[in-house]
Amino acid sequence: MKVALFVPCYVDQFYPKAAIATLELLEKLGVDVHYPKNQTCCGQPMANSGYEHLTTGCNNLFIDNFSGYDYIVCPSGSCTLHIKEHLHSPEKEEQAVDIRKRVYELTEFLVDVLKVTQLKANFPYKVGLHQSCHGLRGLRISQMSELVAPAFSKPAQLLDMVQGLELVPLTRQDDCCGFGGTFCVAEEAVSSKMGKDRVDDHIEHGAQYITSADLSCLMHMEGILRRQKSDVKVIHVAEILNHYSHE
Amino acid sequence: MSNVTGKSHAELASIFNQDEPRVDWHDETLWWIRQKRDVQAHKLPEWELLRETASQIKNNVLSNLSTYLEQFEANAINNGIIVHWATDAEEHNQIIHRLLQERGINRMVKSKSMLTEECHLNEYLKEQGIDVIDSDLGERIVQLANEPPSHIVLPCIHKKKEEIGDIFHEHLGSAKGESDPKILTETARQHLREVFLTRRAALTGVNFAIAETGEFVICTNEGNADMGAHLAEIHIASMGIEKIIPERKHLGVFLRLLTRSATGQPITTYSSHFKRPQQGTDIHIVIVDNGRSIQLGREDFRNSLKCIRCGACMNTCPVYRKSGGHSYHTAVAGPIGSILAPNLDMKKYADLPFASTLCGSCSNVCPVKIDIHDQLYKWRQVIVKEGYSPTAKTMAMKAMAFTLSSPTLYRSGGKVGRLVFKYAPFAVNNSLNPWYKHREMPKAPEQSFGEWYNKRKEGKQ
Repeated sequence: MKVALFVPCYVDQFYPKAAIATLELLEKLGVDVHYPKNQTCCGQPMANSGYEHLTTGCNNLFIDNFSGYDYIVCPSGSCTLHIKEHLHSPEKEEQAVDIRKRVYELTEFLVDVLKVTQLKANFPYKVGLHQSCHGLRGLRISQMSELVAPAFSKPAQLLDMVQGLELVPLTRQDDCCGFGGTFCVAEEAVSSKMGKDRVDDHIEHGAQYITSADLSCLMHMEGILRRQKSDVKVIHVAEILNHYSHE
Repeated sequence: MSNVTGKSHAELASIFNQDEPRVDWHDETLWWIRQKRDVQAHKLPEWELLRETASQIKNNVLSNLSTYLEQFEANAINNGIIVHWATDAEEHNQIIHRLLQERGINRMVKSKSMLTEECHLNEYLKEQGIDVIDSDLGERIVQLANEPPSHIVLPCIHKKKEEIGDIFHEHLGSAKGESDPKILTETARQHLREVFLTRRAALTGVNFAIAETGEFVICTNEGNADMGAHLAEIHIASMGIEKIIPERKHLGVFLRLLTRSATGQPITTYSSHFKRPQQGTDIHIVIVDNGRSIQLGREDFRNSLKCIRCGACMNTCPVYRKSGGHSYHTAVAGPIGSILAPNLDMKKYADLPFASTLCGSCSNVCPVKIDIHDQLYKWRQVIVKEGYSPTAKTMAMKAMAFTLSSPTLYRSGGKVGRLVFKYAPFAVNNSLNPWYKHREMPKAPEQSFGEWYNKRKEGKQ
């Protein structure tokens, strides 16, 4: 199984630890992981701002980098969803269609493709799980609170395999954190209020860490936590799943 | 009511957020309604099937709209109802004015109709010297406060009971400082009773118009539509062309969904059928287009016309909850309003499709399965292409697209202080840097993942 690692631009630049953890975790599970070195960005920042027509360059670059793999795995639900829904190329549409079918967010890849049932991992902390909207309502990696349907959660299922980890319940299990790409600056007041309220929910329930399958949400909440000089930290789900300490 | 200030959603939302405890109160109030909706929905194992059925019935209606409208008109006329057609808001308002003028009526009672808000009927009739009193309690409150409704189902949800007490004290003579909802409601009842008994004309909205029978159905919790219509000599019902359902049997699907979605009630208190006029009275229906057939012609946006105006998308929307209905500066606020309004005036409402994080909760609660958040995304593309996006944003986006299309530029940019940050979505407007107002910037690590990966590879060699 030949797997390409798709590292979103802001993860590459600001959160390399999450990408390293993703790579190491996949390698530990015996996956042959390749990192196409000319990758940049999925194009979502432009597209969500109404500039999808400017993403041709990003799309073609993405196709060049990620064609020919069995799977493409990404530690971000949002970027995965963007590729799944919006990767097009007038010249290489066939390849684009193929890639759209092969791209997976990390936790869904672990659960649905690798069918992971146990992990050698420990993390003796109280953890709040933030459901990123694109992972949740776009990729459906967990059940959505609005629907009348059986409950499940792929990230929670994996976190349950981690020794010592205690998932804290939340008052609002899947309310948005307010990041929303350019929304976070264009609608600064509402965005930061949403982030603040989301963070408060985790803190009130005693979370020491907030985790998620999406770093954009975590980056937003981290900005708020650090401004509040809070002891609560954010951590990508891959870093927890890859964490094993003998102490 | 139109946006008299000319301010955008973001500016109005920023003003709303100056009073954080009030934002919390507003957010909690609407979230409580969302939770009531969840409780009711979860009591029906067939909930998702009901949504799907309603969606398909409405899809059928939109695909055969002209046929159903003609069928409805013919049956309504047969029942003794007088039918009028209005191309736009102006014609709608003129028809109603004429009907009142012909009878020498200068006072009218009106139950809730978002269509008349959309058409600004009250303002129009006021200019013509006709006094309109809204009989829905929430609408009466905002009318006395000289404000537009902030929510299509809960028009005065932005007002606290103490504020309502002050308004009633000023206008209806309740005791100063009285804020007991029961006492205030009784004050409104006495006031409205006099109105119901003395008005010769009553205007109502229409929730569902049944093509098969030519009857129409109005849902209220207060019975105010019935009180007005039964006591008046002329009942005028305003309906948008999309309110049609094909057959009476379909009504059950929608009545089961409507208030469960709207307020978490199993059914509206009054679901009244109007089929033929009582002896000595008239029923008129004004069927209004006002841009709907243009929306019907927009393939990506046409199914927004499936909306049954339950307001569930507003209650669940975190942006609506934390910015308030008035920030949307349009008659129908929230996610659904943000996909309907640009059809009426793309320039004026260019900000609304961007007043969303695209979280998708709206589409999940929608009882007729409108893909609201996908349409918000699509409206953004249309608005930018039509040139209603700020030039500075376009320039930043072009620079960002250029950098991100080139691995070399991207990598060199990264090395000199994480240049991608300059174009990153949270720092597009870096002269003002709104991110930093309430949030710390991410810390730039010593090396990017790409740099780490190369070093590891070299180490292995």
